[in-house]
Amino acid sequence: MPSFVRYLYPPVFLLGTLLAWFAVSEWWQWISPTRFPTPTQTAEAFRQILIQGYGNGRLHQHIVQSVLLVSLSFTISAALGIALGIFMGASRKIEALVNPVFLTLRPIPPLAWIPLAIVWLGLENSAKVMVIFVAAFVPSVINTFTGIRSLEVPQREAARMLGIRGRAYYFEVLIPAAMPMIFTGMRLSLQASWTTLVASELVGAMLGLGSILNQAAQDINPPMILVGMIFVALCGWLMTYGLGRLERLAIPWRPL
Amino acid sequence: MASQRSNGWSENVRLSLIGITLFIGCWYLAVFFEITPRRFLPAPHEVLFQFARLIQEPFTGFTLGQHLLSSFRRFLNGFLLAIAIGIPLGLLMALSRGVQLLVTPVFESVRFVAPIAWVPFAALWFGTGIGGPTLVIFMGAFPPVLINTYRGAIYVDRKYIEAAKMLGAGPIRLMTQVLFPASLPSIVAGLRISAGLGWQSLVGAELIVASSGVGYMMVKGQASIQTQIVMAGMIAIGLVGLLIDILLRRVERRFNRYQEVH
Repeated sequence: MPSFVRYLYPPVFLLGTLLAWFAVSEWWQWISPTRFPTPTQTAEAFRQILIQGYGNGRLHQHIVQSVLLVSLSFTISAALGIALGIFMGASRKIEALVNPVFLTLRPIPPLAWIPLAIVWLGLENSAKVMVIFVAAFVPSVINTFTGIRSLEVPQREAARMLGIRGRAYYFEVLIPAAMPMIFTGMRLSLQASWTTLVASELVGAMLGLGSILNQAAQDINPPMILVGMIFVALCGWLMTYGLGRLERLAIPWRPL
Repeated sequence: MASQRSNGWSENVRLSLIGITLFIGCWYLAVFFEITPRRFLPAPHEVLFQFARLIQEPFTGFTLGQHLLSSFRRFLNGFLLAIAIGIPLGLLMALSRGVQLLVTPVFESVRFVAPIAWVPFAALWFGTGIGGPTLVIFMGAFPPVLINTYRGAIYVDRKYIEAAKMLGAGPIRLMTQVLFPASLPSIVAGLRISAGLGWQSLVGAELIVASSGVGYMMVKGQASIQTQIVMAGMIAIGLVGLLIDILLRRVERRFNRYQEVH
C-alpha cells in the first residue's frame, strides 16, 4: 500500500463512519433515537455537560475527579506492588512467605471487592482507592517478580564476582534487568485501575465519569451515555499513551 | 544480601504455613480487638459458616448454587458469543486485507471503552435479565479472542497457504483447514485470557444490573450490611473463576503438546 494512502486512511475512515452514523440515525432513521442517539443529540448532550453540567458537575470536574483519583491510587499501589515484587524476586524466603496468601486472594476479581469496599468505606474516595489498590497491586507484583527472576544465573554470578553487593546490586543489576517486565506490569495495572474505577463509580459516586454513565442510565438519556463512554475511552487511551511515553524515557535501550 | 539459593521443600512448606497463619491470625486479632464493629468484619470461621449456610438456605430467593448457576449461564452466553464471532473474524482478517482495514479502526477505538462502561447501553438495549449482562461479558471477552486468532493466523507459514491455494482450496477451506488448525495454540491462549476478563466483567455487570447471580447476592448483602454474605460471595466468585482457569489451562497444555509433536 502506498504511504500516502496509509496516512489518508484513518481520517477518511472516520469521516465515513460519521456519515454512516448520520445516514442510519438521522436521515433514514433505521435506528430509533431512543435506542441509539443521533449525532445532533450527542453534540447537544456534549454541549450541555460542558457548559451547564450534568450529574453534580461539569465535564471537566468529572474528568479531573476520575483522572486524579486513578493516577493517585495507581501510583501508590504500583509503587508498593513493584517493591513487593522486587523483594519476592530477590529472596526465596519472602516469596515462600507471601505467595500462599497471594495465591488465595488472586482469583477474586478486583470488581468483586466493590461491595466490600462500600460496606467498609461507603461511597467516599477512600473506597475507590481501596478497590483500585486491589486491582493495580497484583499485576505489578507478578510482573516485577517474573522480571527479577528472568535475570540469568551467569549474570547474577558475574555481578557477584565483580563485588556488586547491597544497594548497588538492587539498583544497578536487578531493577534495570526487570525494567521491561515492570512496565508491562504497570500497563496492566493501569488498565485494571481504570476499569475498576469506572465500575465503582457506576455503582455509586457523586462525581466522576462513571457517575455520568450511572446518572444517564437512570434518566434513560442515551446521548449522555454515549458522551460518557467516549470520554471513558479517551481518558483511558490518553493514560495508556502517557505511560508508553514514560516507558520510552525509562528504558531507552529497549528496541521498540 | 538476599540469598538466591532455593529453600528446601520442608522450608518452603514451613514458610508458607507461617504466611497463611500470619494472615488469618491478623484477621482474628482485628476481629478480637474490634477494630471495626463485628458486622463490618466477621471472623474467618463465620464467613465459612455463612458460605455453608448459603449453599442450603436461599438468600434473596435463591441458594448459592442457583445464584452461581445463573451467573455461569450468563458467562457462558457471552463467552461463547465472543468465540463464535472472534475466531471467524480473526481468521478472515488474516486472510483479507480489506476486512482487516475495515475492522481494525473500529476495534481499536471500541477496545479502549472499559467493558463495564457498556452496562447502561446493555441494559437499555437488552434488558437486565440475560441479554444485558451477556453484552457486557462479550465486550470483555471478545478482544483477546480476536487479537490472538488474528496474530496466530498471520504468523502461519506462507508456504502452507500457497500450497493450499495451489491445490485449489477456496477461502472457506483455507480458513477452516489451514489457518484455524495452525493457529490453535494461539487461539487457546487467547481463550484463557478472555475467560478471565469475561468472568470479571460478569461480576461487574451483576453488581450494577441484574436480578439474580452471585454479584446480585453480594449487592443485597452489602445493602443490608451482612459482610459475611459479601465475603462468602467473593469466595464463590474466586473459586469458580479459578475452576474455569484450571480447565482452560489443561486445554492449553494439551494443544501445546499437539504443537510440539508436529
